[in-house]
Amino acid sequence: MSTSKSSKQNPRLKARHRTGSVWQTIFMISTLVGIVALLALLYNIGDSAFGYVVVEYQVLPESLERDGVALEDQTVDQLLLTFQENVSKGLYRRFEAEGAFENPTEVDLENLIVEWVLEARVVEGWGFWESLRNRAEIQAQAAKEFPNGQLEMRSWLNPNFLVSRQSETAMKAGVRTAILGSLWTIFIAITFAFPIGVGAAIYLEEYATDTFINRIIQTNINNLAGVPSIIYGMLGLAIFVRALEKITSGAAFGVLEDPTTANGRTVLSAGLTLGLLVLPLIIINSQEAIRAVPQSLRQASYGLGATKWQTVWYHVLPNAISGVLTGTILSISRAIGETAPLVVVGASTFIREDPSGPFSKFTTLPIQIYQWTARPQDVFRNIAAAAILVLLILLLSLNATAIFLRNRYARRL
Amino acid sequence: MTETSDQIQITKKDMRRKPRIAETIIQTFLFACGALSILITFGIVYELGKEALLFFTLTQWEQPNKETQTDVLRTDDRILISTSGTEILPETVIRIEDEQMLVTAVQGASLSVIRGYNETIPADHPEGKELMTARKVSIVEFFTKTEWNPQIGKFGIWALVNATLMTSVIAMLVALPIGLSIAIYLSEYASDKLRDTLKPTLEILAGVPTVVYGYFALTFMTPLLRSIFGQDVIQIYNTASAGIVIGILIIPLVSSMSEDALHAVPLALREAAYGLGATKLETAFQVVLPAAISGIAAAFIVAISRAFGETMIVAIAAGAGPKFTFNPFESAETMTGHIVRISGGDLSYNSIDYNSLFAIGLLLFVMTLGLNIFSQMIVRRFREVYE
Repeated sequence: MSTSKSSKQNPRLKARHRTGSVWQTIFMISTLVGIVALLALLYNIGDSAFGYVVVEYQVLPESLERDGVALEDQTVDQLLLTFQENVSKGLYRRFEAEGAFENPTEVDLENLIVEWVLEARVVEGWGFWESLRNRAEIQAQAAKEFPNGQLEMRSWLNPNFLVSRQSETAMKAGVRTAILGSLWTIFIAITFAFPIGVGAAIYLEEYATDTFINRIIQTNINNLAGVPSIIYGMLGLAIFVRALEKITSGAAFGVLEDPTTANGRTVLSAGLTLGLLVLPLIIINSQEAIRAVPQSLRQASYGLGATKWQTVWYHVLPNAISGVLTGTILSISRAIGETAPLVVVGASTFIREDPSGPFSKFTTLPIQIYQWTARPQDVFRNIAAAAILVLLILLLSLNATAIFLRNRYARRL
Repeated sequence: MTETSDQIQITKKDMRRKPRIAETIIQTFLFACGALSILITFGIVYELGKEALLFFTLTQWEQPNKETQTDVLRTDDRILISTSGTEILPETVIRIEDEQMLVTAVQGASLSVIRGYNETIPADHPEGKELMTARKVSIVEFFTKTEWNPQIGKFGIWALVNATLMTSVIAMLVALPIGLSIAIYLSEYASDKLRDTLKPTLEILAGVPTVVYGYFALTFMTPLLRSIFGQDVIQIYNTASAGIVIGILIIPLVSSMSEDALHAVPLALREAAYGLGATKLETAFQVVLPAAISGIAAAFIVAISRAFGETMIVAIAAGAGPKFTFNPFESAETMTGHIVRISGGDLSYNSIDYNSLFAIGLLLFVMTLGLNIFSQMIVRRFREVYE
């Protein structure tokens, strides 16, 4: 009765409610679009990182068994023999002269064998989803079009991929140099930005009074956080790479790694650039953590006669440290994924040597992904996808650490 | 009594303020940490400004596609050049190899010149040497022309700015409606539990490195668009695909900031609207949204600034080579994409490319900084504060 009465009083009520539910559906669909985009992203990467490939060999891997041990299980000595027996003497001597056999690892030797003995190359590939769905068709097609090829289910993300160096051949290329480069740059960035960032946060929260200069500093930090990362790259190029070339290339310390290419495009320049980039983030995050420490703690400390610094060092910081660390870890995960500033600072396009110190040339994981993605051959997209998985796993574990830290130390307060 | 007065004296002595050197040093150090941020800003402005200034003041060399027709001796003041290419006017400074000359008169293919101009040394030049003409880049030219190719003397920034605007507009068309809808859904419709799951899930999107989005744009979005609109309509590298993916990247930023603004609107306002008989949607659109408009506007502006500065997606998916086009299905190079491509190669200092990059960088910096300051102004000026 009341319904009919109210709809009589307001004949548009039904229409209004209908509009309401239509819009609610629209809002829900929008939310779904966001989730679907995330899933599509993950699907797309996974699809490229695994799947069937046709590999053509000059020599079949089975024929290289030694004392009944398959190629991939052989020891260093066995691999060395296998290599020696299957390549020309000239080639063997060339590698010997280059020092390739001085301290070889199993992976190094296996890669050599794959390149020079097996001469394996991928001639065709399929996505993971397609490989699962149309297995029979793919097998038929592969047998028809590539009678000499072998159809394999390949995971591009594999242990060899993690420990191999950069290579022109997609099957042997790995991310070892890139991961080490990423770790080096991040290490330098944090060593530089963490103390300064936390120091600035302590100053702004504990010492700064409301003066003109302090307001400028605060506004300025907020604005710096919004500057596009590529601008930091240009700053790094102008200051660290060019103006401070003597220091960043190591020439000032007499530790020039490679006198022929002495320039400032080194791990140190890249690390400092990333340090500048994350500095505002660390400051803002630390400020929030310090602000969350209750005022009563400080007052109690002053009441017992502690000085300002004693209060900060013994009471404020220990209570804020979990928040500070969480914020720092989140900043690190931002820095690890940064690509553009490092391209501008001058990451090397192709290096095989591991970075050995702050004055080495460098490449990082995202830069490796960029370079592989930019290549025209499809097969490099597969290893780009595998490298993306490595990067995402790295980021995920960092974020998990941040959450763990937050939960663990939050209870103590 | 005497005992107490003694004590008082002792206390007086102790109460005097001691200079605490360590404390002062620490405070100075902490201040220096904070002040470093100002130094960084100055560094950015100074370095970008310095190189950009060089770009506008130094002499740039242009190729008119002409070469010497005969051998030129160091004493000749007349030189014969090929007739093809752009015309050379009197009073132009030309350069052959390292020597500069001032053209005094032109008669067809023959130039009268003053040798050894600008303190260069006159030298012999064999036949077939290329001629370069000097010119300055004017700010007017920089901001009005639409062709960008520093190597042949084309300095119209619009070719790059246009592409940046194209990708950003497309990104906004994706991110603003979807982001705002998500924000309204999370804040007004979703249960607390759902909200606590969805919000962090969406924020994962914001944490994915942009190079991964670039990969996604090139290997997923572009093929998808091409299968919808046709292979011949859409080029492999195009601004549409890059723009859409930037939009996806920005969705969590818009939704998160807008949701915070919506969430800050007090419940009493909603309850008052319900009390007057408004439906949930009417409450959301006519009461909550207007109350949170400053926060939402700020979110939109920050999103635009983020889209301007986005680099890796456009560097991978939008294509190489500056091009002035309004067709989103064609390739074009944005400001950021251009910086990355040029600096990724072997870039020599003091070259025209190097200086021009900083001019582009300065423009980008001014654009994004302006937007960020504008968004802060909006929040300060229009924020409704509820008790």
